Amino acid sequence: MYGEDELASGGGARAEASLGLRCMARRVVLYLVLTLLVLTYIVPFLWMLSSSLKTDPQIDTIPPIWIPRPMRWENYPEALKYMPWGTYLFNTVVRYTVPSVIGKVVSAAIVAYGFARIPWRGRETVFFLCIATMMIPGAVTMIPMFVVYRKLGWLNTYLPMVVPAWFGSAYNIFMLRQFLRTIPEELSDAARIDGCSELGILARVIGPLMKPGLAVVALFAFVGCWSDYMGPLIYINASRDFPIALALESMAQTLGAHGALKNTMPYMMAISTLVVMPVLVLFFLAQRTFIEGIAITGLKG
Amino acid sequence: MKEASRRRWLSRSHINQINGMLFVAPWAIGFLAFGAYPILMSAYYSLTYYDGLRAPRFLGLGNYQELLLADRVMKQVSANTIWWVLLAVPAGIVSAFLLANLLNSRFRGRSIFRALFFVPSIVPTMVSAQIWRLVLNTNFGVINTTLVSLGWRVIPFLSKPSLAKPTLLAINCWAQGSAMVIFLAALQDVPKSLYEAATVDGASAWDRFWRITVPLCTPSAFFMLITGMIGGFQSFTFPWLLTGGGPNNATEFFSMYLYRNAFEYMKMGYASALAWILCIVVVLSSIVMFRTSDRWVFYGA
Repeated sequence: MYGEDELASGGGARAEASLGLRCMARRVVLYLVLTLLVLTYIVPFLWMLSSSLKTDPQIDTIPPIWIPRPMRWENYPEALKYMPWGTYLFNTVVRYTVPSVIGKVVSAAIVAYGFARIPWRGRETVFFLCIATMMIPGAVTMIPMFVVYRKLGWLNTYLPMVVPAWFGSAYNIFMLRQFLRTIPEELSDAARIDGCSELGILARVIGPLMKPGLAVVALFAFVGCWSDYMGPLIYINASRDFPIALALESMAQTLGAHGALKNTMPYMMAISTLVVMPVLVLFFLAQRTFIEGIAITGLKG
Repeated sequence: MKEASRRRWLSRSHINQINGMLFVAPWAIGFLAFGAYPILMSAYYSLTYYDGLRAPRFLGLGNYQELLLADRVMKQVSANTIWWVLLAVPAGIVSAFLLANLLNSRFRGRSIFRALFFVPSIVPTMVSAQIWRLVLNTNFGVINTTLVSLGWRVIPFLSKPSLAKPTLLAINCWAQGSAMVIFLAALQDVPKSLYEAATVDGASAWDRFWRITVPLCTPSAFFMLITGMIGGFQSFTFPWLLTGGGPNNATEFFSMYLYRNAFEYMKMGYASALAWILCIVVVLSSIVMFRTSDRWVFYGA
């Protein structure tokens, strides 16, 4: 990092040669430190994968077994057998994630457009109010909303979590608004002169330009729904309506009840690995989008 | 054309005003329904005894009296939460900053390292909790079985009250991928010319770090401190799944205690009062942070 600067300001061939060595030594140290750190960061997941291929007695051996022989790949289909994971997947994806992500993207796009691309009186004040709501802890609204949803008969459904997603979350609105402000006004003006309605402009002119921003919103919304625990914990009580998050947690008791006490831990690790896979795959495919999305929020925030 | 068919007095600014408000309406409606209404109801519930089934019974300030004076668990819970916000949140930010600095130079394999350091932060929380619960177990967790096989003593990470919170703090630092990414972006925004000028003036690497790098990253640090504080006060899923608040309430945080009061003890009035205390504390802390920010945040670049 600072090696390049020293090269720039250093002088003389001999100085450069020793600087080159120092540079290399620095690099080696850097790689060493980083590799050690990365290992400690990834070790828990390696242990998860390794444990998913073991039998119960192999989990807590002293010293620990990192590569079980034989590798029990059968754990995976066996673990899936005891609980209706297809139903849980359906609950998580079809009933929760998909409508929620679509809602978040669409509503944030529309509202951010209103805050960024249309000049109107009071716009900045309302926007400030919107941001201020980010400070309010979710706990404050939790109980009254529970009472309301119960009266509406929405318990044990995903409506309490999906419906609010269609009304714009301050965080997504903020991010998309910052994004939209970078698009030149002339585009909108030209479209308006051509007689295009605002909705038309959003759909045909600005919308396509917003795609990177929308991708970030969608990505984070997906991961958020996939991992959401507290929401379903409050509203979903019937086990057949559980999302994967709750099902995973209740797995230990369920397995015990089935008498499948052997291999409980490896089965749980196997399911955990499966649950992590979609998120990891998504991440490695869309790495740029993830990272740029976070960077944008952090820089302009 | 739509414009031509409108009446003459509906000027562009009027149309913009209507359109603007229409586009923002989904958020506004959502705010009234999911924000303003529950906040007001929550204030009302906090003044009642409400078990969720029978009608709320007015209590005046009884709940607040109880939680401020009589509730001993509340004292522990508050201490835990304050500990977390004052120690864990800054620790997470600092560790993310250090990591970002390590990754800041251009070297081969950098994006792989960056991705690997980022992974813990997007893995679903409940999976992380499962894994860490297994890894940190006093008797059969891999860390302790490794220690025992080397002839050393076990470390009761999660079963000793004084170790539980520091363990959570360390895991929190492990999951600061998004903070690291934000700092990376901020670090890359620092003009190289500043470093060069400083080197020419004879500044050491240490000087350059503390006089250039750190000050120019304070805006991002501030953003993360605020969002981290707000999130830290509401910390729920991970401690809930990892330790369930134990041992001996050592890791019982505010949101968890709130949830218990509302949904386990069915003391919704009391829980609402707790929620309001939380709200006040968060808002006050945010104001204090904003006010004191001028002294250490450097808005230069």
